[in-house]
Amino acid sequence: MNFTTLLNNPYNDDKVIDACGLFGMMDLTGRCFGSKDPIKAISNMRERGNGLGGGFAIYGLYPEHKDDYAFHIMYLNTEAKEKVERLLSQNFDVVEAEEMPTNPKANVWNPPLIWRYFLQPKKSAVKGQQDDEYVFYNVMRINTESDGAFVFSSGKNMGVFKGVGFPEDIAEYFCLDEYEGYLWVCHGRFPTNTPGWWGGAHPFSILDWVVVHNGELSSYGANRRFLEMYGYHCTMQTDTEVMVYALDLLVRRHKLPMEVAAKILAPPLWIEIDTMEPSKKEVYTALRQCYGSLLMNGPFTIIAARTGEMIGLTDRIKLRPLTAGIKGDLLFLSSEESAIRAVAPNLDKVWSPRGGELVIGRLKTIRAPEIVAPEVGRSRAI
Amino acid sequence: MKSYIEPEFIVERDDQKCIRCKVCINQCTYDTHYYDPEDDVIRSRDENCVNCHRCVVFCPTKAITIKRNTTRYTENWHWTQEVITAIKKQAESGGVILTGMGCDKPHYTYWDKILLNASQVTNPSIDPLREPMELRTFLGPKPDKLELELENGDVVLKTKLSPQLCVETPILFAAMSYGAVSFNVHLALARAAAQFGTLMNTGEGGLDKRLYKYGDHIIVQVASGRFGVSLDYLNVGAAIEIKIGQGAKPGIGGHLPGEKVTVEISRTRMIPVGTDALSPAPHHDIYSIEDLHQLIYALKEATDYIKPVGVKIAAVHNSAAIASGMVRAGADFIVLDGVRGSTGAAPKVIRDNVGIPIELALASVDQRLREEGIRNKTSIIVSGGIRGSADIVKAIALGADAVYIGTAALVAIGCTLCQKCYTGKCPWGIATTDPWISKRVNPDIAARRLVNLLQAWSLEIKEMMGGMGINSIESLRGNRSQLRGVGLTDTELKILGIKMAGE
Repeated sequence: MNFTTLLNNPYNDDKVIDACGLFGMMDLTGRCFGSKDPIKAISNMRERGNGLGGGFAIYGLYPEHKDDYAFHIMYLNTEAKEKVERLLSQNFDVVEAEEMPTNPKANVWNPPLIWRYFLQPKKSAVKGQQDDEYVFYNVMRINTESDGAFVFSSGKNMGVFKGVGFPEDIAEYFCLDEYEGYLWVCHGRFPTNTPGWWGGAHPFSILDWVVVHNGELSSYGANRRFLEMYGYHCTMQTDTEVMVYALDLLVRRHKLPMEVAAKILAPPLWIEIDTMEPSKKEVYTALRQCYGSLLMNGPFTIIAARTGEMIGLTDRIKLRPLTAGIKGDLLFLSSEESAIRAVAPNLDKVWSPRGGELVIGRLKTIRAPEIVAPEVGRSRAI
Repeated sequence: MKSYIEPEFIVERDDQKCIRCKVCINQCTYDTHYYDPEDDVIRSRDENCVNCHRCVVFCPTKAITIKRNTTRYTENWHWTQEVITAIKKQAESGGVILTGMGCDKPHYTYWDKILLNASQVTNPSIDPLREPMELRTFLGPKPDKLELELENGDVVLKTKLSPQLCVETPILFAAMSYGAVSFNVHLALARAAAQFGTLMNTGEGGLDKRLYKYGDHIIVQVASGRFGVSLDYLNVGAAIEIKIGQGAKPGIGGHLPGEKVTVEISRTRMIPVGTDALSPAPHHDIYSIEDLHQLIYALKEATDYIKPVGVKIAAVHNSAAIASGMVRAGADFIVLDGVRGSTGAAPKVIRDNVGIPIELALASVDQRLREEGIRNKTSIIVSGGIRGSADIVKAIALGADAVYIGTAALVAIGCTLCQKCYTGKCPWGIATTDPWISKRVNPDIAARRLVNLLQAWSLEIKEMMGGMGINSIESLRGNRSQLRGVGLTDTELKILGIKMAGE
C-alpha cells in the first residue's frame, strides 16, 4: 500500500488533538468504492491514535453472500475455536468458512486467529424467533461462554476488521485494498482506561450495527447494567460497547426512529424540555423517564452505521469534535475537517454539528432521499 | 425502691457566668434545673438530664456545659456500662426498655467503606457552577419500551406511562407521623417539600386538614393501624405508601401513648382523645403477597389509578425476594428502610439487633430486580440513617432512585439525637404533641432550615457528579463502576456488586 505513511497535513496549525480519530465516508447512491480514500483520511489523523487500536467497517462488502450472516470471529486459543465451530454447526447452516486472508508482513501486534463464516440460521433451531434475534442470542452466547472467542462482526453484507496497530497497519494486515463498499467507517484508537487488545479495538458491532467512538462514557456502569436486563452482555472491556448495544436495542428491537434514539443517547436538558410545547414536552419527558439509563454521559463523538445509513452524533455538551462534509453524492464525517479535505479538497458543504445534533445520511436507493444537511440533523420532528 | 442507676450526664454551670435568668429552667422539659432562692443559685438534677443541649444553646451567657458522667463501673468489655445499666433499669421497672431515634451501635456503616470515582484528564470533570447539572428524578414504574408513531412528521407518544412523581432532587422527607412529631414539624416539612419541589411523607398518623393544600408534595401513608385513612386522605396525596415495616423496628407495630392523643391528634387519627393508638405488627389483612397485591389495587382503584402506590419494608435478610414479590404485586415504588432507620419509640433490643444495613439490602434488591428484568417496573427509595450528600450519591450509584431523610431533617430543625422521643417531652418541640413545647418549632424558620439543607446537599451532589463527569442523575443511578470498596471482604464486595479500590 502506498498511503500507509503519515501524510502531511496542511491544516495542522489550528488543529486540536483530542484523542481517537474517526472517519466515515458514504456514497449515497450506493456506488461501491475501495479503501484508498478511507485509509488516506484516517492516516491523516495518525497522531490521534497511538498504535494500540485501529479498525474499519465496510458495508456492501459481500454482495455474493448478501443474504448470509457474515461472522468475523477472533480466537485466542484453539479450544475456543473448536467449541465455537461445534456451536455454529449445531445452530447454523455454514455456507462458507475460511480463515480471514491476512498479510503477515503488516506491522501489527500479536494478532489472534481470525476466521470468517457465512451462516444461515438452522430453520429447525430458530423456533419462531426472528433470524436477527436468533443470531443475536448466539453471538452473546459465544462471547460469554466460549472463553477466548469473540464475534466482532455478525451482520449481512458488511464486515468489521480491527486489531492492535495503527489503522493503516490494520488495513494492510487485512488486505483491505482488495475490498469495496459504499460505506466505510474507520477508527484510530488512543486507549486510555481500557486495554489495547484486539477485541477492544473499534468498531464495535452487533448484527447490522457498527459504532466507532471518541471519548469516555462516565455513564458506562449505568448503561451496562440497564442493557444487561435486555440480554446484552458487555465482554469487550471497553465502554464503547454499550453504545452499539443501545442502538440495537432502541432501533432494531424497540423500533424507534434513529432521530428518536439520538435524543435518548444525547437528550436536551430539562431546562430546554420545560420550554417545549406540551406534546413535544410529553415525548421528550417520556424518553428520559423510560430510557434515562441509556443517556450517554461524558464526552463522546460517534459515527454509527447500519445498512444504508450512516450517522454522526456528539454528546449534548459537545466535549468531542465532529465535522461533516458533502461532496456530490459523498457524505463525510470525521473528527477533523483536515481528514475530509485530504480526500475531498473542494467540498460542497462543510459544517460542525452542535452538541447532541444528529447528522444522518441514508442510501438514496434504499429509502426516500432524505437530504443530508444540518437542518436534517437538527432532528426534524421530535 | 431506691434506684441504683447513676446519672448518665453531669450538668456543669459556671456560677460566675450565670445571671439567674432562669432560661434553662424554662427550657428544660425534664425538670433538670431549679432555682434555689435561699442561696440565689440555680442547681441541676443530673439524673434528669438527657443531654439535649436545649439549655446549652439558649443560655444567654453560655454558662452551661454538659459532660458525660465519668464515674464508670469496673471496666469489662463483655459486661459494659450499657449492659449493667440496662439490667438495673429492668430490675427496677420489669418492663421493655424503650428508646427513640435510630440504632447507635457500631455495626458497619458501609457508606464509609465505599469511595467515589472522579475524572482525570481523558474524561473531563464538569464544573457545576458553570455547566448544567440535572437532579430531576421521576419515581414510578417505567414501561419496557416506548411506542411512538409518526403523524404528519411529528413524533407522537402512543404508550401511556403510569403515574409518576417528579422531584427536583432525589431527597424526600421520610415518614414521620403527626403525633410522633408536632404539627409545626409537619407543616415545616410540607412547606419545605413544596418549596424545593420534593415530597414529605405523613407517616402513619394521617394528615391534618390544614396541610391538604400541600397535597401535591405529600406521600400519604397507610399503615396497619389505618389511622387517619379516608378517601379524602388518599386522594389528597401525590402518592400512597403502604407501610409494612420500619427499619428501627422490623416486625414491630406502633404505639402512640394515649397521653399524646390530643384533640387535634384524635381528629387526624380518627380515634378518641386520650386512647392509645396501637398499630398492629402485621396488617391483619395481609398474610401473603397476594393479599398485598389486593391492598395495592384496592388503593389504586380507590384513587382512580392516577397516583403511584408504593410499599415500604424494613431491610431484612430476604429483602431481595420480598422486593421482587412487591414489584410483581404492583408496587410502583418500594422503600427499603435499613437497620439505622429511626423511630419515635421502639424496644431498644429490637432497634439495636434486628434488620440489616441498608447498603447491603439495596445492593441485593437492585441486582435481583435487574436479573429478573423488572427493575424498570418500580423505583427504589432507601432510608435509614442517611447522613449526608455522600451517602446519597453512593446510594444512587448502588441502585437507588432516591432517598428518604428523617433523622437528618429533624437535626436540621434542631434535634440533637438525645434518643428520648418516646417520652413526648422533646425539649426542641419536635417529638411532642404538648402544645406549649410544640411552639418551640417555628414552622417558617424550620422550613427555611430544611430548604437550606436540601439546597446544600443538592449542590454537593452536583459537585460529586461533576467530579465524575456526569451531568444527569440518571447516569449515576445503578452506576456501580463509579464505586470502590476499601477494607471490605470479598463477600461484602460481591454483595455490594462493587470492585476493590485499585481494581
